[in-house]
Amino acid sequence: MCLGIPGRIVAITDADKLMARVDVAGVQREINIACVVDPGQAPDSIIGTWVLVHVGFAMSRIDEQEAQKTLQLLAELGEMQEELTAMQSTAQP
Amino acid sequence: MKYVDEFRDPERAAALQQRIKHLAAQIFARRGRPLQLMEFCGGHTHTIFRYGIEQLLPDSIELVHGPGCPVCVLPRGRVDDCVALAQRPEVIFTTFGDAMRVPGSRQSLLEAKAAGADVRMVYSPLDALALARKHPSREVIFFALGFETTMPSTALTVLRAAGENIGNFSLFCNHITTVPTIKAILDSADMKIDGFLAPGHVSMVVGETPFHFVCDHYHKPLVITGFEPLDILQSLWMLLRQIHGGYCSVENQYSRVVASGGNDAGLNAIHQVFELREYFEWRGLGSIDHSGVRIREQYAAFDAERKFSLVNLQIADPKSCQCGEVLKGVIRPWQCKVFGEQCNPQKPLGALMVSSEGACAAYYNFGDQQALIRLREENGVSV
Repeated sequence: MCLGIPGRIVAITDADKLMARVDVAGVQREINIACVVDPGQAPDSIIGTWVLVHVGFAMSRIDEQEAQKTLQLLAELGEMQEELTAMQSTAQP
Repeated sequence: MKYVDEFRDPERAAALQQRIKHLAAQIFARRGRPLQLMEFCGGHTHTIFRYGIEQLLPDSIELVHGPGCPVCVLPRGRVDDCVALAQRPEVIFTTFGDAMRVPGSRQSLLEAKAAGADVRMVYSPLDALALARKHPSREVIFFALGFETTMPSTALTVLRAAGENIGNFSLFCNHITTVPTIKAILDSADMKIDGFLAPGHVSMVVGETPFHFVCDHYHKPLVITGFEPLDILQSLWMLLRQIHGGYCSVENQYSRVVASGGNDAGLNAIHQVFELREYFEWRGLGSIDHSGVRIREQYAAFDAERKFSLVNLQIADPKSCQCGEVLKGVIRPWQCKVFGEQCNPQKPLGALMVSSEGACAAYYNFGDQQALIRLREENGVSV
């Protein structure tokens, strides 16, 4: 119940009640989008957005840039580790 | 799957593992005893076991599996209340699947259903509301449980029910709160936690600020953590980096999902519908001040506790069950007297064996069974 799953908003089904159709790995269902539409924002504008879906509600928009930053950091940690390992293996005793 | 597969890459995991080992060795050389790091959330516990993350870590890091599994900490009296509600002929009792097999003092919801009660599993509280619309002559009750992660969804469902004037829908509210519970852990005399992996999806709702007290008052590092294996490893490395550097702060590893201010719409819905209870009873941990919420007077019509005049009976856990000690990290799951024999996922005695997010079920399902049996024999755990 506490684990979310990433899905993409494909259509708005009821703009007044803030309901949308989401595609999660090919499975589509109707979810509530009240937590991912800002006040005054048109619901249509979030079509195509990746969201984290919990128990029938989109609870967060997944931030593409932040995801890339984390992955970039992980990649750098990996590269630095390779270099460290190389340094250690060639270090003088 | 996008935003999932990238965070499971074995090569990146191996690199992180090396860096963790390197830092942990330096910290151990200085302290001379292992670090105890707690993952609070049951979702993290699940990832840790599913991907064998403990096996990747050096002996100088001990992971303590915290009480953040809402199904696992549900006291038996509350399950008895669920069963009593479900047995009323006019009631359709709806629940998430996780809660079906939690043992009460007499029956679980699954057993009550087998005996004729109308208990239905739903994916979402909105599905329960749809059942109420469809069956106007029945009383539909939704069993609301979970930390702040699931609170906005039930709050928004109540607001919808109120907006549509649906009179035959109510919540049996068992939502619990994270911060008072972390505080209770930090104040507990028998626990020595050196740092926290904070629950990513609770943080998605409440933001970073509520966790600052962990650093400001208790001087422990805390990292808000995602749920993929690389998220956990990276966060462990971030905790070690803080401990090694001799500082502590709230860091957010899960920034792709967690905004520092949390989710405004979700928080507004929570505050509109719920208020703090003076205390709430936890299985294994006892009563913790302000650790649960109830429905505000304004929405009393949607509160099953008021509607059906429930008196929350306190019922002690079975004597042989050591869930409380496991929850506090005082013993490991395999050290429990009844682990695996009298208590297993097919026939759970304690709640930690029920949910896939419970520490005991995780050990049972993903642990090395032969090694666990050997450990029990070597340590003289009675069978």
